[in-house]
Amino acid sequence: MIRVQREDFDIGAEIEALTGGNDQIGAVASFVGITRADAGEDAGDAVSAMTLEHYPAMTEKQLSDIEAEACRRWELTASLIVHRYGRLEPGDRIVLVVTAAAHRRAALDACAFLIDWLKTKAPFWKREETADGDRWVAARAADDRAAERWHSGS
Amino acid sequence: MTLLYFAWVRERIGRDSEEVALPADVRTVAALLDWLRSRGGGYASALEDLSVIRVAVNQEFAAPDHAVAEGDEIALFPPVTGGALP
Repeated sequence: MIRVQREDFDIGAEIEALTGGNDQIGAVASFVGITRADAGEDAGDAVSAMTLEHYPAMTEKQLSDIEAEACRRWELTASLIVHRYGRLEPGDRIVLVVTAAAHRRAALDACAFLIDWLKTKAPFWKREETADGDRWVAARAADDRAAERWHSGS
Repeated sequence: MTLLYFAWVRERIGRDSEEVALPADVRTVAALLDWLRSRGGGYASALEDLSVIRVAVNQEFAAPDHAVAEGDEIALFPPVTGGALP
């Protein structure tokens, strides 16, 4: 399941809604991304807030494709991606990935896969607010490498 | 054809979308970018360095040789930066 929204989310309520009552689930893995104050690429730059812009039609499509790929690779009982957009301040939750399976390995690996692919495939752009003004954040090669490792069939 | 612009590409071009009629000889993503750049001004500025431009045709990432046609929704944007993940 995919949701892209401006509003915050409640982690416990989301996990309960996704997995509650399903006695086939033995393992639930979750990842929560939080806005950092030092998100800037240049050390020492304090980020007071950031705004996430996205391309709604493509975001839905890409996230659905990524989720479908995870379900092909692992035996998942349920999965959820919630991604926020709009203005976020340090400490704000920004993304939630939940994967549920019969056993822990599938849940943990699928969760890591989803979050790595989100970073490189989902059309989001970050604009940071700093004391020196606003700036768009450039893509990081490290994120591409994190996603690439899933190509090697590991 | 609908063109959509995001992030600093949108800011440099000065609009977030537009409808354009495609010249007959523009049949690929690369040709479309060349044609847009030839319009000058904000287009030339936004498309100055194509290594930092990504293109999606009908919501899918598309390579320079990908075909474009009337009726397509084509988006131009910088490489995606995802969420605020460590």
